[in-house]
Formats: sequence, C-alpha cells, structure tokens
Amino acid sequence: MIAFQDVAHDYGGGPLFRDATITLEKGSFHFLTGPSGAGKSTFLKLCYGELRPTSGSVALLGQDMNTMSRDDLARTRQRIGIVHQDCQFLDHLTVEQNVALPLSATGRTVSQDNLADLLGWVGLAGQARALPPTLSGGERQRTALARAIIASPEVLLADEPTGNLDWDMSQRLVSLMVELNRMGTAVLIATHDMNLIRFVKTQVSARVLRIARGEVQTAGADL
Amino acid sequence: MNRYQISRLVVPRSGRGVWLVGLSAAAMAFLAVFALALSVSAARLAQNWQAALSQTATVRISAPPEEMVEQTAIVLEVLRTTPGIADAREMTDDEQAGLLEAWLGPDLPLDALPLPRLIDVTETPGGPDRQGLRLRLSAEAPGAVYDDHTRWRRPLAEGAARLRQLANLSLVLIGSVMAAIVMLASSASLASNAQVIRVLRLVGAQDRFIAQAFVRRMTLRATLGAAAGAALGAIAMLLLPDPATGSSVLSGLGFQGIGWLLPVSLPVVTAILAWASAKATAFGVLKGVT
Ligand SMILES: Nc1ncnc2c1ncn2[C@@H]1O[C@H](COP(=O)(O)OP(=O)(O)O)[C@@H](O)[C@H]1O
Ligand SMILES: [Mg+2]
Repeated sequence: MIAFQDVAHDYGGGPLFRDATITLEKGSFHFLTGPSGAGKSTFLKLCYGELRPTSGSVALLGQDMNTMSRDDLARTRQRIGIVHQDCQFLDHLTVEQNVALPLSATGRTVSQDNLADLLGWVGLAGQARALPPTLSGGERQRTALARAIIASPEVLLADEPTGNLDWDMSQRLVSLMVELNRMGTAVLIATHDMNLIRFVKTQVSARVLRIARGEVQTAGADL
Repeated sequence: MNRYQISRLVVPRSGRGVWLVGLSAAAMAFLAVFALALSVSAARLAQNWQAALSQTATVRISAPPEEMVEQTAIVLEVLRTTPGIADAREMTDDEQAGLLEAWLGPDLPLDALPLPRLIDVTETPGGPDRQGLRLRLSAEAPGAVYDDHTRWRRPLAEGAARLRQLANLSLVLIGSVMAAIVMLASSASLASNAQVIRVLRLVGAQDRFIAQAFVRRMTLRATLGAAAGAALGAIAMLLLPDPATGSSVLSGLGFQGIGWLLPVSLPVVTAILAWASAKATAFGVLKGVT
C-alpha cells in the first residue's frame, strides 16, 4: 500500500529522519509515535504526496510518487482517506458538505443515507448543517474522520485524530478505524497517546513505528 | 447535485475581481465596436475612392493660343482612336472657371490668363496602354499631358490603408488588455481561494475540476460584460448622424448589411479569449499546489 525506500526528509535545519525503508501492507494497522516535533506529520505528508522526500522514493498504492502525474496523484488520493492534524475544512460549506467533499469533488455520487449514517455514528447528526468554524475541537476531529472514511478508502492516514477528544469518544472513533481495518483498509495513525495504542492492541495486531534520533524504528513490545 | 453545482459550491464567490472583469469587458467591447467600424469603413472608403478615381483621367494642353484649337482637335482625335478610352470631352470655359474659382476666388480676370485646356477622359474598365498613349500624344500634340490621377489616388488609398491598419492594431490592443485583465483577475481569485484549492487537491480533485469553476465564472462575466458593451457601442453607432443627409467625411463610417455581424461577434470572441486566458492562468497556478 505504502512503501518508503531509503527516505530522508529535511526542511533545511538538518534531517528529521534518514534511510527510512518501511512497507505498510494491505490490511495492516500501524501507529506512528515520537515526541512532538519528531516528524510524525511530515512522515504522513510524505505518504500522500503533499511533500516530496529530500532523497529516496515513496510509492503509494504501487505507484512511485516521483514519476506520478498530477492527475495520477489526484486519482490515487481518491483511494485514500486522510485526517489532517489541522483538519483542512472548507469553512463556507456545511459539515455535511465537507464530509461529502471527497465524493462530490471527484465526480462520485453521494448517498444521503450513507452520509446521515456516518454523521450519526460519529455523533454529528445535530451539526450536519453547521459551519466548521462553529464546531468545538472534538467535533472538528470527528468531522475530519467522517470525511476521511466516506469514500471507503483503501488506506486511512490519521494525524493525531483523537487529540481533542475525551476517552469515550476516542475509543469510539478508534473502534471505527479498527472496524474499517478488519474490512481490509490499511490504517496508519500518528499519535503520542499510549493508552490509545494499548486499547487498539487488545483488538487487532497493530505495529508501532517510532521516530527517534533521526530514524524510523519499529518499536519493541514494551509499550 | 451535478458537477456544475458542486464546483460553484466549493469555490466561494469572490466578488470584486470578477466584477472588474465584467466592467472591463463592457468598456473594451464598446471601444472595439468603434475600432471595428473604423476598420471596415476605411476599407470601404479606399475601395470607393479607387472606383471613383480609377476610371477617370485628364488631358491638360498648354500651348500658345494660336496652336490651342489645333492641338485640342488632335488630342481628341488621338483619344477617340485609342483602345481603352470610353469617352473624351473638352471642358467648357465655365467648367474650368468653376474649378479655378474654388482655389483662386471669383474675381479673377480669367480671360486675360493663358489657361491650359482640359479634356475630361473616361477610361474603360481595362484602361488604355498609358505608356503608348503618352508617347503618341507627345509626338502629335507636344503641349498635351495625360494625367490618370495616380498622384491623387495613391495618397488617398494609402491613407485609408493606414487608417485600417491603425484600427486593426487598436483591436489587437483591446484584445490584449482584455486577456491581461482576465489573467490578473483569475490570479487574484485563485490566490484568495488558495485554501479551497489546497483542500480540493487533498481530497483527490483533479485540476480540471478545480479550474472549471474559476474558468466558468470568468468567462461568463466577461461574455456578459462584452455583450452589454457591444450593444451600447452598436446603439451609439446607430445614433451617428445619417450619412445620407450630408456629404461630410463621416459618410460611409459604420456598418452596413452583414457588417453588423461584426459587433454581434464581439461577445463570442471575448468569451473565447476569456476562457483561454482564465484556463491558462488556472492551470499555471494549480501546478504550484501539490
Ligand atoms: N513547512 C515546514 N518548514 C520548516 N520546518 C517545518 C515545517 N513543518 C514542520 N517543520 C518542522 O519539522 C519538525 C517536525 O514537524 P512535524 O512533522 O509537524 O512533527 P510532529 O508532527 O511529530 O510534531 C518540527 O521541528 C517542525 O518545526
Ligand atoms: Mg504533527
């Protein structure tokens, strides 16, 4: 699904990580941890092509990002779901319209039933017509998750998706991701919430990647 | 929701730049109507002058008074037997006086002046062999000069051609300004919607989809503006003084018959121009967004 080959990234102040060679298989469940500023968001941006690596190559759904055309990249993104750390909504559209955007902006049909079900599941039925700026932090994250999964993605990338949620809601959302993973979606969650990782590990076999000392390591079992 | 509604929904209406395009298109189309009118009229004037002057000529005979009558008769005979001359007619004294009066005033003692005799010649459409005619005249009537008005015709035709070039240049300039305004307004609109574009790319929208909404809006505004401007320009042309009522230089300025299709085509041309400019700008800007 996602393959990093000798990837390094450097914003200009020294490399965040080097020689990262990692493969996320179909149906796998991964966490990405590391202290704040370690480069978790950067790693995810490399996955979906918002950033290009300083060296090495990244392949997404079997296609090398370096040789992909702009339309190819767009089509590939239609097959993945992304929860951005800063949400990235269109503020002049309602919650409902934002959630439906991955379908409506790519010429796919939006099933109103599915949309209503999904909003109900993430507890946003009452906010369907609200505008994003009026939402609380937790509501924004739930909207972002709903948008990421509405198109039944083959890969789900989530950047601190539970940062603003209470424990109940965190469990609820992450259970939704586990459910998707059981149906075949590869999941990668960047988080520093160890409780969340432990909770998921009781349900699926999840692997943990850690960014530390300029390397992306596979963490030991001591979590 | 169809594609069009969706693209309208996701791109917020960014007011001012878009109105600027409509207003500019109206002004430019208004100006273009006059440049077009000038261009077609100059072409028509050149043609008219050509037609009016090209088949006439004058023979001027300057001879001592005692030889005048004889030379005039010789010249008329030569002209009559030259192929390509339809008619030759000696001007009367009154006609000649009338011509001079325009330049020298009415009180001249014309009788006292040794005036040349003028013969009014009408050529056939093919015209005579002018070189041969001149040689024959200089042999048989040394005081006669054949003048086919080329001297007058050429500056008039050149003037009209130059006028036409200027009018066409104006049209090109008007079109360039229009394209530049659409490009500027598109860049401004795209820049103020940077976040929208970013999010659309992140959810997998293709450049074509994103550009569509911007391009459509620019094209629509430019076309509506141009239609309004062209209509006002055409009305202004219709309200020009009727050329038939006077013999002013204005006569012939304007559109005739199917020439009216030219101002009608302005909104169409503007639409194509705006569409191409907006599209080029949009794809250029989108290249910078991952
Ligand atoms: N666009 C950028 N330009 C320069 N430096 C950046 C940029 N984005 C992030 N950084 C820096 O890169 C480091 C890693 O950032 P980030 O990937 O957001 O870390 P994390 O998500 O793990 O907190 C931080 O030190 C951050 O300041
Ligand atoms: Mg981060």
